[in-house]
Amino acid sequence: MTARRFDAMVIGGGLVGSAIAWGLRREGLSVALLDEGDAAYRASRGNFGLVWVQSKGLGAPWYQRWTRQSAESWAALADDLAKQTGQSLGLSQPGGLHLCLSDREMNERAERLEQMKREAGNYGFDYRMLDAREAREMLPGLGPAVVGASFTPYDGHVSPLALLRSLHHGFAALGGVYLPNVKIMGVATAPRNFLLKTNLGTIQAERAVLAAGLGNATLATHFGLKAPVRPQRGQVLVTERTRAALPMPTTTIRQTGEGSIMLGDSVEEVGFDTRQSQPVMAEIAHRAALCFPWIGKLNVVRAWSALRVMSPDGLPIYDQSETLPGAFTANCHSGVTLAAAHGKLLAPMIARGELDPFLAPFSAKRF
Amino acid sequence: MFRTRPDHRPETVQVFVEGRALMVPEGSSAAAAMLIAGLPAMRETAVSGSPRLPWCMMGVCFDCLAEIDGVANRQACMVPVAAGMRIARQHGAREVPR
Repeated sequence: MTARRFDAMVIGGGLVGSAIAWGLRREGLSVALLDEGDAAYRASRGNFGLVWVQSKGLGAPWYQRWTRQSAESWAALADDLAKQTGQSLGLSQPGGLHLCLSDREMNERAERLEQMKREAGNYGFDYRMLDAREAREMLPGLGPAVVGASFTPYDGHVSPLALLRSLHHGFAALGGVYLPNVKIMGVATAPRNFLLKTNLGTIQAERAVLAAGLGNATLATHFGLKAPVRPQRGQVLVTERTRAALPMPTTTIRQTGEGSIMLGDSVEEVGFDTRQSQPVMAEIAHRAALCFPWIGKLNVVRAWSALRVMSPDGLPIYDQSETLPGAFTANCHSGVTLAAAHGKLLAPMIARGELDPFLAPFSAKRF
Repeated sequence: MFRTRPDHRPETVQVFVEGRALMVPEGSSAAAAMLIAGLPAMRETAVSGSPRLPWCMMGVCFDCLAEIDGVANRQACMVPVAAGMRIARQHGAREVPR
């Protein structure tokens, strides 16, 4: 059986894989985007939807810069996709608040952001600590439990499902080949020559980009790469739709363009358990109602959990294989925030065949 | 458009749909009362403002959202009628309760 040949194959059709595949296609490469099926863990279907900067990269200013570069490229990504698909992503980047419910939280936040500003050096890092009165002016309806907040102008939010759909539509509109329900049955590798035996036939490409989320942990070993990622569960609650009430997102609460209020940002180390748990849901709701007492009067209409793709230090992993050049990995838990970086900055590097040196700190060699 | 079956005559209770008094079978849902009222629409959708009447009648489609006894955005098909219940139109997304 003859192989279908491409310049690049991207393994994983979630936000990371589809952003890279879209970017590679824009560079003029022929690209196959291989997706699993509904049995996959599919973090990209469970996203919260923040384009979030202000908490990222303490002690790792290169991660803060990468995140900022993505946030700065996001409007252009949304424009490109809207031109291709006619779909709005509901992107809004008005800045964001991190709410603090005690003086201790406030002090810790102030120290954290001060350190990030110090580490940012000439790159700069604009933020402001707001007292309760100032925070209330920016976000009407804050409860008396809120003692203050941090603000950065870089933050925003977007519809993560619209993003995933638009990346797929955009990729297809550019002539990319999307292959769903793929089962990998065998891998044969040589430098810049990768052969994948699948249930849909044999696929051959000069470049292989591993973007299979939690699946990368095993997949990477076949390509001379390391991707030590583990699942970290997050739970999300969604309320009924209301009139516009939140002019900007917070770290844990945002109002969608359609009016739903999303509540989230829980963190649990429970392996591959994708169930929800009542105590965590209650905690998410309780904290939201402390921040905004009126949210406590709304009905929750949906809730779910999803598994973040988490590296040991929480930062992304980007690598090109040394033994099998042409094979790349991309791993992160911020598929929404970093979508612009992946599509517009990382994909051109992969197309050129070399990651820029400023991505070196993201190599898995650090573990 | 909707009438009760002639062979099925349970007790009735009085409810108010958009202020209009209506006798409906005991045990009906508020959504059934809305259909019996025969109005052309009972809400406008939250995003596009498109008119809607109850549809799935089993708690899935959210097209029967109504203000019931002063509480906005209730799924009327999941709410049994009670004597004196006031069922009012849901205009788009609800106001935030302050």
